[in-house]
Amino acid sequence: MQATGKTLRVLLALALTAGLMLAAGCEKDPQQSSAEADTGPDVADNEQFIPILIYRTGPFAPGGSGIGGGYEDYLVLLNERDGGINGVKLVFEECETAYNTDRGVECYERLKNKGAKGAPVFHPLSTGITYALIDRATRDKIPIISLGYGRTDASDGTVFPYIFPLITNYWSQNTAKIRYIAQTEGGEDKLKGMKIVNLHLKHPYGQETIPVLNKMAEMYGFEVTHLPVPWPGIDQKSLWLQIKKIKPDWVINRNWGISCTVPLREAARIDFPRNRVLGVWWCGSEEDVVPAGDAATGYVTTNFHGVGKDYPVIQDILEHVYGQMKGNISPTRVGSVFYNRGVIHGIVTTEAIRLAQSKYGNRAIGGTEMQWALENLDITEARLIELGAGGLMAPLKTSWRDHEGGGLVRMQQWDGTKWVPLGGWIKPDAELVHGMIKESSAKYAREKGITPRTKPEDGI
Amino acid sequence: MEEFLFFMEVLVSGLLQGFMYSVVALGFVLIIKSSGVFNFAQGSMCLFAALGMVSFWEAGIPFWLAVLLALLMMVVLAVAIERVVLRPLVARPPLILFMATIGLSFFLEGLAQGIWGTQPHGLDIGIPDRPFKGFPIDVSQFELFAAGVAILLVVGLVIFFHRTRIGRALRAVSDDHTAALSVGISLRMIWGVTWALAGMVALVAGILWGTRLGVQYSLTLIVLKALAVLILGGFNSITGAVVGGLIIGGSEKVAEVYLSLYFGLGGIESFFGYLLAMLVLFVRPYGLFGDEIIERV
Amino acid sequence: MIYRESGQFASSYAKDMRMFPLLQDRWAFGALLVFAFVVIPLIANDYWLSSILTLFLIYSLSAIGLNILTGFCGQLSLGHAAFMAVGAYASYNFAVRLHTPVLVNFLLAGFVAAAVGLLFGLPSLRIKGFYLAVATLAAQFTIEWVLVSFNWFAGGSMLGAIDTPPMNIMGWDVSSNLDKYLLTLSVVVVLAIVAKNLGRSEVGRSWRAIRDLDVAAEIMGIRLFPYKLLAFMVSSFYAGVAGALYAFCYLGSLEVTAFELAVSFRLLGMIIIGGLGTILGSFLGAGFIVLLPILISQAIVFLHISGASDFLANAELMIFGGLIILFLIVEPYGLARLWQTIKEKLRLWPFPY
Repeated sequence: MQATGKTLRVLLALALTAGLMLAAGCEKDPQQSSAEADTGPDVADNEQFIPILIYRTGPFAPGGSGIGGGYEDYLVLLNERDGGINGVKLVFEECETAYNTDRGVECYERLKNKGAKGAPVFHPLSTGITYALIDRATRDKIPIISLGYGRTDASDGTVFPYIFPLITNYWSQNTAKIRYIAQTEGGEDKLKGMKIVNLHLKHPYGQETIPVLNKMAEMYGFEVTHLPVPWPGIDQKSLWLQIKKIKPDWVINRNWGISCTVPLREAARIDFPRNRVLGVWWCGSEEDVVPAGDAATGYVTTNFHGVGKDYPVIQDILEHVYGQMKGNISPTRVGSVFYNRGVIHGIVTTEAIRLAQSKYGNRAIGGTEMQWALENLDITEARLIELGAGGLMAPLKTSWRDHEGGGLVRMQQWDGTKWVPLGGWIKPDAELVHGMIKESSAKYAREKGITPRTKPEDGI
Repeated sequence: MEEFLFFMEVLVSGLLQGFMYSVVALGFVLIIKSSGVFNFAQGSMCLFAALGMVSFWEAGIPFWLAVLLALLMMVVLAVAIERVVLRPLVARPPLILFMATIGLSFFLEGLAQGIWGTQPHGLDIGIPDRPFKGFPIDVSQFELFAAGVAILLVVGLVIFFHRTRIGRALRAVSDDHTAALSVGISLRMIWGVTWALAGMVALVAGILWGTRLGVQYSLTLIVLKALAVLILGGFNSITGAVVGGLIIGGSEKVAEVYLSLYFGLGGIESFFGYLLAMLVLFVRPYGLFGDEIIERV
Repeated sequence: MIYRESGQFASSYAKDMRMFPLLQDRWAFGALLVFAFVVIPLIANDYWLSSILTLFLIYSLSAIGLNILTGFCGQLSLGHAAFMAVGAYASYNFAVRLHTPVLVNFLLAGFVAAAVGLLFGLPSLRIKGFYLAVATLAAQFTIEWVLVSFNWFAGGSMLGAIDTPPMNIMGWDVSSNLDKYLLTLSVVVVLAIVAKNLGRSEVGRSWRAIRDLDVAAEIMGIRLFPYKLLAFMVSSFYAGVAGALYAFCYLGSLEVTAFELAVSFRLLGMIIIGGLGTILGSFLGAGFIVLLPILISQAIVFLHISGASDFLANAELMIFGGLIILFLIVEPYGLARLWQTIKEKLRLWPFPY
């Protein structure tokens, strides 16, 4: 009895191991493991492969699934409504990163050679994964777009030819926040003597804006206190006790995930006016405010795109994608902050593909071609209206030096049930940010032994 | 005077926060006491219970019924864990069981979010998270309520352990497995009961913390503070969980606020509790109230 | 039949005490080395080299370190990833500030990590078992806090990130995925052999005595104080080198979150599932924890059930957790023990009785 039990156990374990090895063997050729990218060479050229890195699990799942879902839905929309881009069908494959750097790298390596020309571009959807891919993507010549996150100094295209923190970065955002405060208070001279608390996650991402706020504090004469939120930030009472003592005029909420929500409840408890809490855009989604209940009403955050379903492009998605049951996310989330951000990801990506096609022909686009397109992108207001996205995002114009391409930021306020836009687009202090970016990217170039580009063709 | 009031406010809110830690730590203590398993999945159980409860409630089931249903669900889960995980692993080294509970936590997180989704849910049980009016210092009504629940829970557990038949059996098992077996106590039944109790505690912790944070994945992270409370108080002491919670809650808030205000050393809360607990361990290696393990050659 | 020791006699003490007493084992080990150094570079593509094999080797090295501490010496640690962080940041600082050669740099990173490990090993003299495990969380959070708080460690970077400089070892420009794989492999092989021998030495035997019952070990005349601290130092040294490799050969640019608490738990999972107290187990466990989630996710992509992506992503977690439990039930002493069982069967095969 004893002996058979043991044999059985060993056999079972052996079978498991064998199964694993078999599976490992099957996986050997990554080209074959996908049903979707498994296309013959004859048709491949009129199919554009697009890799999707996504996270549908873990503490940040609402962000990952929302953005990923919106992005995918926009691609499906182009396929369903227009038959792809200039006749080139879009095929995409999802890879779950679980917001884990190692997994993200594996996803990148798994998907980078798929399709006729390889992957044209990656959106890592995580700052950690963006960092991990900088070396790899530069070597593989595949652009990385980090829309509203990632490595701020990569806005300097002369040092980072393949990294595109498009639309806006954290430093620009904070200068815009200070400008918003000045607007609300009635002029930049009112900033003098004002107290601002920068409540930030104790984390490289959270601390990134300390230098820019310090510089602005010097320029405008306000007083800034940086209060670090210890990870994971589920309990921020001691910070709000300090805020109660400091009595600031404004509080900047620079957190991520759960640590975005907690400050709202805390602010309500000490009766700090919520319309003087300014969130980063990663703290400005429905998922961040809903758990806080009433405490969130009046809360203001930055954003770089519009919210809601009142855009022709979102209506088209509802009609052509969800109308045919081809959506990639729960229909109730269409029009939410993360979802619309995903649609923006789609617009930027496909507009760049369109531009690349105008130069290289109507076929699948590869990494270097995409890099050229991303450096010459010019999405005008008129083009946005054509796309049905007028007002959804600000116009965007990049160059080989400037990989940010706009930097316009707007504010939005939570009215208890939905986000309401607050005023128009705000222009950040490009001059201040530019100097800091140059300084930081020069350090990177020095450490990595990179010679900055002096003309667009350098090092491509 | 104002300084003193501020200090009192920091201290009191820290102590109240400590009760919230204790509720989480209690779940660990129960399981360690009866089966010696360090249950890493306690946080995931909180998530599972709270997510289930909120989903029942949002589906239109009355509040108390939803709580009851979630409780029932946790009992079923406890029985399943005992049958599927614990029974085949009986008498294995503690480290193996610990690893199994890590596996269990992955499983439960996947299951909870697979069934009920990853979107956060707001949870409002009707007690305002606002201070009482007219007090010299701010004390949140919700936190007082939470502290009350924690005290009730502890009193309930103590009565259960000392006055009921099953409770006495539980204590017998925690004292000596073999002796308990020899007087006819069914270990399997006892483990089922303990895990069900831990599930109940997880539900309470999940609801209290879920009201604060919203019911979402991050609820699993509340164990991080509870672990420090646990070593400070001792792994197998209910009293230790409460006293440990109060000590850590109070001292870490005071340390964070004053070190940050006067020395600019912010964010130490993430590890302060652990350092403090470690210092206590130097003096008492089994925590303040933990049973000393006597080793013989 | 093939795997049998009959006819092999040790004719000197040195022969009796070598690492692999059986001829077949020596051949197998040699074949494995040839496979890793020659065959894999020939057949593996970029995907395997850069995203799986290098990472697998780095985690194996770190797991060996943890195994020395937990498997050999019996001291539980939940903060091992933090020592990897120390190694990564130390190697970066040596490289950028002092321009030390790459290999020296890795060595120094190991020593810095060992020094920090010594500091956090001090409580082990008083605290035991799970109390120590939870106390090591202090190491995890304190080190993270220090690295995040003081920008100096990241070379004053405003972004708090470290960017590793290009590597060059005596004219060998380590830049391609293959180069990085080979460098990692060489370091790992050398350190794994050192660890194997350390385990068989007087130090290793003392560690085992402490692990089995420290009171008994003390009575036998083993001084707990230096041996426990040595275990912490050696373990952190391995973690430090692994962290340096992770920064230089795997990521290139990173921030401290790459070494978060979850990594510590993953490392602990590796050694428990692989087999406590064995070098082989560290490799097998690292393979299990690194490869399994990827396999599951590939399998899900392969099956391609559309419309249920959210559920499938969570199903991946469930399958992973379920398999961990299943493996522990089937073989609680780890994959290395399984290998041992197979070897014993092989010796008797085909006549088991």
